[in-house]
Amino acid sequence: MAKWGPVASINQTGTGIRLPNFCNLGVMLRSLVVVNLLVAAGAVLHAPGPAAMGTEFMALAAFAEPILFISLAALCVARPVLHALGYVRSIAAVVVFEAALAWVVGRLLGGALPAGVALTAPQLVLLALFATGFTLAYFDLRSRALAPAIAEARIQALQARIRPHFLYNSINAVLSLIRSEPRRAERALEDLADLFRVLMADNRTLAPIGNEVELVRQYLALESLRLGERLRVRWNLDAMRADALVPPLVLQPLVENAVYHGIEPCESGGEIEIDVGVAEGQLRMSLSNPYPGGGRHSAGNKMALTNIRERLQLHFDAEATMRSEVKDGMYRVTIRMPYISAPA
Amino acid sequence: MSLADKEVPRVLIADDEAPARSRLRDLLDDCRETFPLVLVDEARTGREVLDVLNREKVDIVLLDIRMPDMDGLEAARHIAGMTDPPAIIFTTAFDSYALKAFEVNAIDYVLKPIRLERLLTALRKTRSGPGVSREALDAAANQPRRHLSVHERGKIHLVPVSEILYLRAELKYVTVRTAQREYLVEESLTRLEEEFGEVFVRVHRNCLVARHAIGGFERNADESESGWAVLVKATGEKLAVSRRQQHVVKQFR
Repeated sequence: MAKWGPVASINQTGTGIRLPNFCNLGVMLRSLVVVNLLVAAGAVLHAPGPAAMGTEFMALAAFAEPILFISLAALCVARPVLHALGYVRSIAAVVVFEAALAWVVGRLLGGALPAGVALTAPQLVLLALFATGFTLAYFDLRSRALAPAIAEARIQALQARIRPHFLYNSINAVLSLIRSEPRRAERALEDLADLFRVLMADNRTLAPIGNEVELVRQYLALESLRLGERLRVRWNLDAMRADALVPPLVLQPLVENAVYHGIEPCESGGEIEIDVGVAEGQLRMSLSNPYPGGGRHSAGNKMALTNIRERLQLHFDAEATMRSEVKDGMYRVTIRMPYISAPA
Repeated sequence: MSLADKEVPRVLIADDEAPARSRLRDLLDDCRETFPLVLVDEARTGREVLDVLNREKVDIVLLDIRMPDMDGLEAARHIAGMTDPPAIIFTTAFDSYALKAFEVNAIDYVLKPIRLERLLTALRKTRSGPGVSREALDAAANQPRRHLSVHERGKIHLVPVSEILYLRAELKYVTVRTAQREYLVEESLTRLEEEFGEVFVRVHRNCLVARHAIGGFERNADESESGWAVLVKATGEKLAVSRRQQHVVKQFR
């Protein structure tokens, strides 16, 4: 079990709270919204009447937006440095930086705007510190609120577990091999053991896609034991980078769905196509299988998709997407997420 | 020794997965010592099961529930209409939802991986008491059949529901009309309407017409109390629309 004391919250592993990743689109958007709401609140308070609120907002924004955009860019670039500092020191660094930035912007812009509208540099520094404190406090609260959710991700990964249907059918298939082909039975049991090792593992943290692909191969080896030539798989991994980090069990449940809904209902079977590749800083995984239709895409499928979507959101916020579509008798799921590589 | 014990039961295995069939073969071999039996054949789909039953005398079917083309449950519903149906032992991997329906309707099944003792118990049980009823199977099934079965001279003939133009009740039977010919089935029109309500529409107390088969409506005062008749596209037949079902005319025009 994870410890929830202050020690655990500062350390860099597992559920520890850190400075948000300012390169993440979701974090950027949240920062923009928070700061602009503060500016709007300031405008409402400062304006002499409702009519002047708009002008007041514009005047404040003229100072706030440059600071905001420069800050986001700088924090994104300085991320590795801040990361190395630890949570408390990185916050101190951010506060000092924001104060300095506000001072410089105040001096530069102060002269360019009419005296009645312009804020003085000390005023601006105070406002910047206030906005910084508020934003950081918001992200701190948010990550604390999400920390149990990350622990939850492990449970969810377990819920995305292999269908009992698959387990019992596989054991049945292995039983049938024991008398006639003991060696194949041995290999099948080894694959089954590996699969369950991953299923029972702590799946909170991201893991290399290479591992996931290996897991899917073992899973498919077991399924082809049962389905024989009905199950055909085409891999396209030319553009894959095995070190790309993904939430564990992101692919396997989808492949399992493809077998259950796309291959098993067909007497002659079908082909599953799995595509994994990195392009332009994005990791793209797509999977397609025949769609025999009949509108019987069951609750099981929806549950697996929801589960994966939630875990993607937990790890990547708005930067990961998952789409599924039925086209020309084929069912296709596509997942895109930022390409992050495992530290060497 | 009773009469039943002298006859060695003839068993059919039905499963789409080769290893599952081979496992059942092994287990049936093991059963032979205490429960003599003959393995008749193996089938990979529900349709193949019915083919074998048309060819061979079978006493017990070991029937996998989840199979492509026609699943075990639909095959069983067709089998239950036979005059002397074989006993059915369902086999299945765990699937809590489907099995709940089986339990509610008191339908016996054997769980995969199958144990020898459990299989023996199920085989012995086939000798006592009646098999599973058509009503129980209908209730356990959560979807309509894809075929109606016509039983002629001990053989099962399947009529795909998609090819049926209309169903008309006549005394004890229901006439099933396809573009090619007519069949008689022993079913109730009300039950058919419940099962296939999406495919057929009732135009008369004794008649259900497939929605896709409707070619139009005609004024036809003498034969029909409502003055309307529905035109069957493929055959050109006209079927009377009753006064109570007259709203159907508006719905389709």
